[in-house]
Amino acid sequence: MYNDKVLKAFTEAKHAGVIENADAVGQVGNASCGDIMKIYMRVEKGVITDAKFQTFGCAAAIASSSVACELVIGKTVEQAKKITNKQVLDVLGSLPAEKIHCSVLAEEAIEEALKAF
Amino acid sequence: MIKHIYLDNAATTPVDEVVLNEMLPFFTDVYANPASQYYLGRQASEAVENARKRVADVLGCAPTEVYFTSSGTEANNWAIRGVAFANKDKGNHIITTKVEHHSVLNVCKQLQKEGFEVTYLDVDSDGQICLKQLKDAIKDTTILVSIMAANNEVGTLYPIKEIGKVIAKANKDAKRSEPSHKIYFHTDAVQAIGAVKICVKECHIDLLSLSAHKINGPKGCGALVVRNGVRVGKLIYGGAQERNKRAGTHNMAGIVGLGKAIELAEANREKNAKDIAKNRDYLIQQIRQHIPYTRLNGCAKERLPNNVSFCFYFIEGEGMLIHMDLLGIYCSTGSACASGSLAASHVLVAMGVPIELAHGSIRFTLSKKTTKEELDITVEKLKGIVEKLRAISPLYTKEARARLNDKC
Repeated sequence: MYNDKVLKAFTEAKHAGVIENADAVGQVGNASCGDIMKIYMRVEKGVITDAKFQTFGCAAAIASSSVACELVIGKTVEQAKKITNKQVLDVLGSLPAEKIHCSVLAEEAIEEALKAF
Repeated sequence: MIKHIYLDNAATTPVDEVVLNEMLPFFTDVYANPASQYYLGRQASEAVENARKRVADVLGCAPTEVYFTSSGTEANNWAIRGVAFANKDKGNHIITTKVEHHSVLNVCKQLQKEGFEVTYLDVDSDGQICLKQLKDAIKDTTILVSIMAANNEVGTLYPIKEIGKVIAKANKDAKRSEPSHKIYFHTDAVQAIGAVKICVKECHIDLLSLSAHKINGPKGCGALVVRNGVRVGKLIYGGAQERNKRAGTHNMAGIVGLGKAIELAEANREKNAKDIAKNRDYLIQQIRQHIPYTRLNGCAKERLPNNVSFCFYFIEGEGMLIHMDLLGIYCSTGSACASGSLAASHVLVAMGVPIELAHGSIRFTLSKKTTKEELDITVEKLKGIVEKLRAISPLYTKEARARLNDKC
């Protein structure tokens, strides 16, 4: 069902964790739908220097969260705000049709976290 | 091949070698159509009748009451639609439960669109129905009650003998203007065969569905028992096979396999059930001992001997399943995320399990070949996976854990 890139992103969950006193935090989704995504970011002088996530959800949701963190690190806030689910999908190769919403959730989590900027 | 641990025997089972050996000649040697009159056809026909007798012997009915189908799903479709349309001059009301297999539920939903009225009985937190609610649901227009013998997801066993009595009594007490109006009792016994003893006569069962591949028989073959005198229409139209009730050339190898598989399942039923239940209870105990914040789904006592179903708080089932898969352990989940639909398991929801918890369900179904060592490995790996996923779950907070600690 999942390709190797998705499985790798899911099992490694490289950016999983919490940033204490994060400069930006975004949480989207709800438990009854089976997905909650929370992204934490460290922002220094307009640049995202670190990002971590916590996710309750399926493998696609966890893989998408990790990729979202990977994509924002090193970007300016303005650049990060422009990240779309398409970019998340590109990194993952592809997701099954019924899992595309997980990549959308990742885009929304970034947007939510950077709302205040 | 990598050694794996197969704990998904409610999904399907491997074909037993003894069963396979009985099946093989019917692919290449005795290949004639059993409807053909010549010698090779008669040989095939005899094999079909032998299989029919084996099924009948296990279920306590006459061989003429057994009809072969392509699957348990077809048997369920046929039983419900067949009774509904053949008896609609008597009434249009059907009673079933909220926790049936989709091959019953979706047939009932379709019948509602076709003018039938369906009552879906509630279940309690163990997935059990209430006989009083069944009694109260029966009315003048009721023509069919369809209740499964055992639940495929959570393993709860249903009191089919008592259900049969309730229906028999309702039929006896009814003062109907139409004497041929009878409420029929159908049970989906796909998961129960081989695990519990079912005698259709004793349980007042009018129709019973079963499937070969759940009992170490081949895929693509099932059967519907229809007691003599039951008014049931056709589902499949065509030739005059199966005493003109179910058309289509017989699946020879499948039917032979079903006959042998059910014979073996019954012969070893008591011993297997006892041995497997011991392992089941061990697995339940080990999970509870090693992993905190869990919920055992289904009745603890009135339970299929091979079913272990748990919900794990704070995490989602599909992620667990994939981690287990990567480690060579095969199990299943009631999580919506794994099924492609977005709704959580209808069974767990009907049991009142909160939706976010229902997403975190895992089902292990054991076989007679499952060993204690395999279960030890499973628990050890599962523990690590649950810890890993909880560590990255935003729901796994100190406050949430404290709330559960208070509750437990």
